[in-house]
Amino acid sequence: MNLEDIIQETKTYYCLECGKCTSVCPVARYDPSFSPRAIIEDALLGFEDVLVFNQKLFSCLTCYTCQQRCPCDVDFPIFIRQARAIAQDNGQHGIYAHSGQLQSLARLMTSPDIKQRRLEWLSKEYRISDDSDVLFWVGCAPYFEPVFEDIEFRALDITEASLRILNFFGIEPKLLPDEKCCGHDVLWTGDVETFKSLAEHNTKLIKEAGVKKIIFSCPEGYRTFKLDYPNHGFSVDCELQHISEFLAEKIEKGEAKFNWIDKKVTYQDPCRLGRHLGVYDAPRKVLGSIPGVEFLEMEHSGWDSICCGTSAFTNCDSYSNMIRTERLSEAASTGAQMLITSCPKCQIHFRCAMVDKGEEKRVMPKIEVMDLVNLVANALGGDK
Amino acid sequence: MAEFEPQIIAFACNWCTYAAADLAGTSRVQYPPNVYIARVMCSGMINPDYVLRAFERGADGVIVAGCKYTDCHYIDGPVKCDAMFAKLKRLVHTLGLEDERLRREMISTSEGTVFARVVEEFVDQLKKLGPSPFSALRREEVAV
Repeated sequence: MNLEDIIQETKTYYCLECGKCTSVCPVARYDPSFSPRAIIEDALLGFEDVLVFNQKLFSCLTCYTCQQRCPCDVDFPIFIRQARAIAQDNGQHGIYAHSGQLQSLARLMTSPDIKQRRLEWLSKEYRISDDSDVLFWVGCAPYFEPVFEDIEFRALDITEASLRILNFFGIEPKLLPDEKCCGHDVLWTGDVETFKSLAEHNTKLIKEAGVKKIIFSCPEGYRTFKLDYPNHGFSVDCELQHISEFLAEKIEKGEAKFNWIDKKVTYQDPCRLGRHLGVYDAPRKVLGSIPGVEFLEMEHSGWDSICCGTSAFTNCDSYSNMIRTERLSEAASTGAQMLITSCPKCQIHFRCAMVDKGEEKRVMPKIEVMDLVNLVANALGGDK
Repeated sequence: MAEFEPQIIAFACNWCTYAAADLAGTSRVQYPPNVYIARVMCSGMINPDYVLRAFERGADGVIVAGCKYTDCHYIDGPVKCDAMFAKLKRLVHTLGLEDERLRREMISTSEGTVFARVVEEFVDQLKKLGPSPFSALRREEVAV
């Protein structure tokens, strides 16, 4: 893959240099040195070196806001992803959040000899079955557990709540003890080789499992399975569903009966679920069907929603923190007590911003961040 | 077939453990040559990613070593290191690595013999365990 191929693939040559991308970019709003338009211009002028050695390449959130506003349909996020792959080939490995340990974990997982102990948290409380047609994708949650302890985030709460929901609707899902990272983070940081190795392992495992449906609680895994695996020649041949879609389906059929929860909530659309896959209505339907929950929409919502400030654990700097603070203030200004999201990583980033107030000791808006499945699990109550 | 020789990476703090290793050398204390020492300024600066990358590059065992609590030049380095190590241990446990492949040591400047003994013990232990489950990844060049 060289620069010319990327330009052809992402139709960058259509660029009018109108600058709409830069004007809507959440990063460019705070970081004056980051400009999608300037990056595209470098590429079109053939300055491959400038592009590849630009450290700002790893600041892009790949949130698809720019692509949506682009009058010429230039696929900027994919352009960035491919440019990062070229950068990796040239020894430019970029800047990573959490010092790159999450990418290292993904690379370590490619070793064929490892026997992961990823289901040690599983208690008897949750019913799982090996003969089930439905697979629940656990994802990185067991690894997030120790890494994000400091920000009081327990990723397995989301997994456990999802299992409770599935059990409640009479589904005993299958869990894979050998599943590996879906490869989302390594793919978006340009490490295609690792991604392919992980994808090959996972697709083989799922084919052997012989399931008909996979349910995800993480939009990133969902996106990777739905779009990136087929695009790289790996297919799983089953129905894929995000847990919010699963819940919306159950609500439509009238199978869901929720308890009263007296809360005002607002919803953060994760970019992977929203703009990448177009799932906007399902989570809102779920929130709307819980009695007592008052749903308040933020000023920027749905396709216009603002990213949580970091994606794929690439560059996370003070600008990312500003994006987060701004988004949290927006959520709090609706009058909501709770910010609901359906992506574990959105929650990680928001909670991190609340803990790390920065040098300037920012005053954080008072709002609780929670995952959609946790709210639903609470609404289901302890019965049945 | 030649006996399996484990490769050990030791992250050693400049003020205590590195000096102890130096002392072991200058006092001619014999210990196996399987250890590669990476000097860091303080054990509190060791990042989980350093250790993960050591395993990725083919280390069979990693020692994270530094001052004792009362010796630290930077007041609370060992406390930070302990906190990091506790998380790291859970992380590599989930990954499926044997718990014995990761060691946390506190070796003071004057304890050259202790350093030699730790390395000897660790080499014996690793010889019993065999190559690390990540040894298939052993590559010359790994992303830095």
